Amino acid sequence: MHVMEGYLPPMWCAIWYILSGIVVGYGIIKINQLLKEMPEVKPLLAVAGAYMFVLSSLKLPSVTGSCSHPCGNGLSAVLFGVPITAVLATIVLLFQALLLAHGGLTTLGANIFSMGVMGPLAGVIVWKLLRGKINSTWAVMLAAIAADWMTYVTTSIQLTLAFPGEDPVKTLMIFLSIFAVTQVPLAIAEGLLTAVLWDKIKELRPDLLLKLGVIDESEVPHYTQAVETGGAE
Amino acid sequence: METKHIILILAVIILIIIPLVIYAGKGEEEGYFGGADSAAEDIITEINPNYQPWFSPIWEPPSGEIESLLFALQAAIGAIIIGYFIGYNKAKIELKSQS
Repeated sequence: MHVMEGYLPPMWCAIWYILSGIVVGYGIIKINQLLKEMPEVKPLLAVAGAYMFVLSSLKLPSVTGSCSHPCGNGLSAVLFGVPITAVLATIVLLFQALLLAHGGLTTLGANIFSMGVMGPLAGVIVWKLLRGKINSTWAVMLAAIAADWMTYVTTSIQLTLAFPGEDPVKTLMIFLSIFAVTQVPLAIAEGLLTAVLWDKIKELRPDLLLKLGVIDESEVPHYTQAVETGGAE
Repeated sequence: METKHIILILAVIILIIIPLVIYAGKGEEEGYFGGADSAAEDIITEINPNYQPWFSPIWEPPSGEIESLLFALQAAIGAIIIGYFIGYNKAKIELKSQS
């Protein structure tokens, strides 16, 4: 999903910088607020960022014969929402732009917009639609698939907007065939992996998930009973 | 680790192995297993033959070895944080149930 350095005309670099900048700026305010109100969620914030670090470093082969990487942005989107995820995505993308020549400084705004804004937004929408209807593990899995996939659809749209060619629809199809089709099995893999990590978090720190309001008490009956009887902290 | 999780992880492994099996024996020279990012780069130059990238990375890993070093570092940073979180909380729960 990385738009390579220099591969967007300056006007589009500016547009995506402005749009992403607003979200990231708001995200920084939200992080400060969150850590002030609930300092105990800090380790979970670190885990969400770390998960994006790991997943976006793994370039996996896909059935189209080319390689691409998952994003890890769905987990963070479900836990902390879009603005905070945009901040975490910025850290990952800066690391890759500066040290790996993946993506770039001029295209940073565009890449944050796909991985930090549109992807997480799709994840949050799926999560909100499914929440309470199915077990949170599967809701998170589908949210992660949606976030990952939408990230790549956004990149395809961004490239088409910048380079429409003679027939924009055809161009979009070409970019989608590169990014979105390749991404289908990888998005599913990310979803499955996110479900495993989610279950671990739910098992070990249900208190944090309850505090963040992402699950309700019926999901973790053992934990809530333990609290009532004074068995846990 | 529940059975459910083992199945999920196995499914991830299968998803990654399938393309390796389908295109077994083919390599980068034949256009397989390249990055989607650079494929998009090629399309851009195909649609706009006159497009010149107007900025180039300020620093690039000097070789594939160095690049893999930095990718491994990125994964390691993430993995250690997740591992620490899981191990720390697991031990805390176990200590509590012992006392």
